[in-house]
Amino acid sequence: MDLKDLYRDVILDHNKNPRNFGKLDPCDTSADGHNPLCGDRLTLTLRLEGDRVSDIRFDGKGCAISTASASLMTEAVKGLDARAIAALRGLVHDTLTASGDSAVPHGLGKLAALAGVREYPARVKCASLCWHTLNAALAHRDGTAAVSTE
Amino acid sequence: MNGTTYDVERVRADFPILSTQVRGKRLAFLDTAASAQRPNAVIEAVAHYERTQHANVHRGVYLLSQQATDAFEGARRRVQRFLNAASEREIIFTRGTTESINLVAQSWGRSLAAGDEILISWMEHHANIVPWQMLCERSGAVLKVIPIDRRGELDMQAFERLLSPRTRLVAMTQVSNSLGTITPLAAIIAAAKANGSLVLVDGAQAVAHQRIDLQALGCDFYAFSSHKLYGPTGIGVLWAREAVLEQMPPWQGGGDMIRTVSFSKTTYNDLPYRFEAGTPNISGAIGLAAAIDYLDSLGLEAVAAHEHGLLQRATSALLDIPGLQIIGEAEHKTGVISFTLEGVHPHDLGTILDTLGVAVRAGHHCAMPVMDFFDVPATARASFGCYTNDADIEQLLDALHRAREVFG
Repeated sequence: MDLKDLYRDVILDHNKNPRNFGKLDPCDTSADGHNPLCGDRLTLTLRLEGDRVSDIRFDGKGCAISTASASLMTEAVKGLDARAIAALRGLVHDTLTASGDSAVPHGLGKLAALAGVREYPARVKCASLCWHTLNAALAHRDGTAAVSTE
Repeated sequence: MNGTTYDVERVRADFPILSTQVRGKRLAFLDTAASAQRPNAVIEAVAHYERTQHANVHRGVYLLSQQATDAFEGARRRVQRFLNAASEREIIFTRGTTESINLVAQSWGRSLAAGDEILISWMEHHANIVPWQMLCERSGAVLKVIPIDRRGELDMQAFERLLSPRTRLVAMTQVSNSLGTITPLAAIIAAAKANGSLVLVDGAQAVAHQRIDLQALGCDFYAFSSHKLYGPTGIGVLWAREAVLEQMPPWQGGGDMIRTVSFSKTTYNDLPYRFEAGTPNISGAIGLAAAIDYLDSLGLEAVAAHEHGLLQRATSALLDIPGLQIIGEAEHKTGVISFTLEGVHPHDLGTILDTLGVAVRAGHHCAMPVMDFFDVPATARASFGCYTNDADIEQLLDALHRAREVFG
């Protein structure tokens, strides 16, 4: 296992230059995510057209895996409807938790860069925090939600 | 280099795990403050007991049970001698430091009334915070916290101010697990005694790194865990002054802690058994005694000097790395170095080091108030033991340079 399998250039780039960083104000829905064991914190703000995400931003502090995962997620879900997002979330989840030698599923695009996390079970929560938070934001569209990994 | 004849390579040969590889790399185990590795002497003592001596203790009339009881009680006397406690009746086996402190909070704590005060420090492990918070919730007592400064030293003037006629207990770590600070216990105990307060010492991070003489120290409670002392997990000790123990009610009911049981009245056993309900961790106690024998064979003073040399060399080498900040720069420290590296989150650092065979703790070290004080989410922590050598430090330094390259 090489260091570069986990910290791929895409991840390092998104950690250093996170996309869609900040807050949308006003927004249609938002959610806070917290990983109390790491101290990672994340706030998602979204604008919706029906159940389609027209814009999304994330704010917060975390490790490279959680920051890059959130940045990649915001790029991937912009323009998708709730159903497509749920499908993508399932693919990401499978990728993060699959055994080391299984193939990375198709249809992930740049999110496939997160596949190396599977070798480090202690870090899966870092990568999945943003997806849990997005789920909470979409499930509570008329207010703010909060999720925790613990 | 460190001016002693301490032969660390000979010590390392006693620890089989140190010759294993992780992720195809040499293991540089720098997480002894979380749990120390076990020498062959401990592994073999436990195996010998399991293979040839096991039976329940304090019960059977047959030979095996008598042998198991002798070994278990022998371990208790070994702990008593190691700590220079006045009597073996003062040595209570628990699951570890955490359970020892909870025992005091649950049992001695019943004597607390609303408005009484418990004084702890800002650098306590959660195990020396949360049991007192729970006790305060039950009793209406008040928890007060002695602040620390940016170097990670206790604010002794604040301590003197916080001591009040209502202070029933000062609960204080001997060595901070997150900062490595050795607290000025002699002064703290003297001031607390003069104030009429009892003192509990969390010795988890101290007991394997300096000689403890409980009769000289003068505290009332002392808690430690076997696994920080090269012994098995799941066993630890609460020492308490006999006169204090005599006043304390039992905290758990069951076998061993009773003398007679009837449905109208149960009478309790003598010390220390009154505080040891249920079948104890017999093999753990035997392993702990073997660990103490082992540490004494190395010489605690020689081990401490070896670790101090590592601390000095590692501290100065780490400070040469651009962007590296050491959290905890007290004048008196054990071999514990918490640090952050600019631009690399501590959890990423922990993972990168892991891929290079270096095991460090990355996180809040069960000391979230310390992390808040220094305004960091977490730190990486390297900690040393009797087997840590300069090659471990070199491997850490190389890995940190690699981390800077990756995140550069």
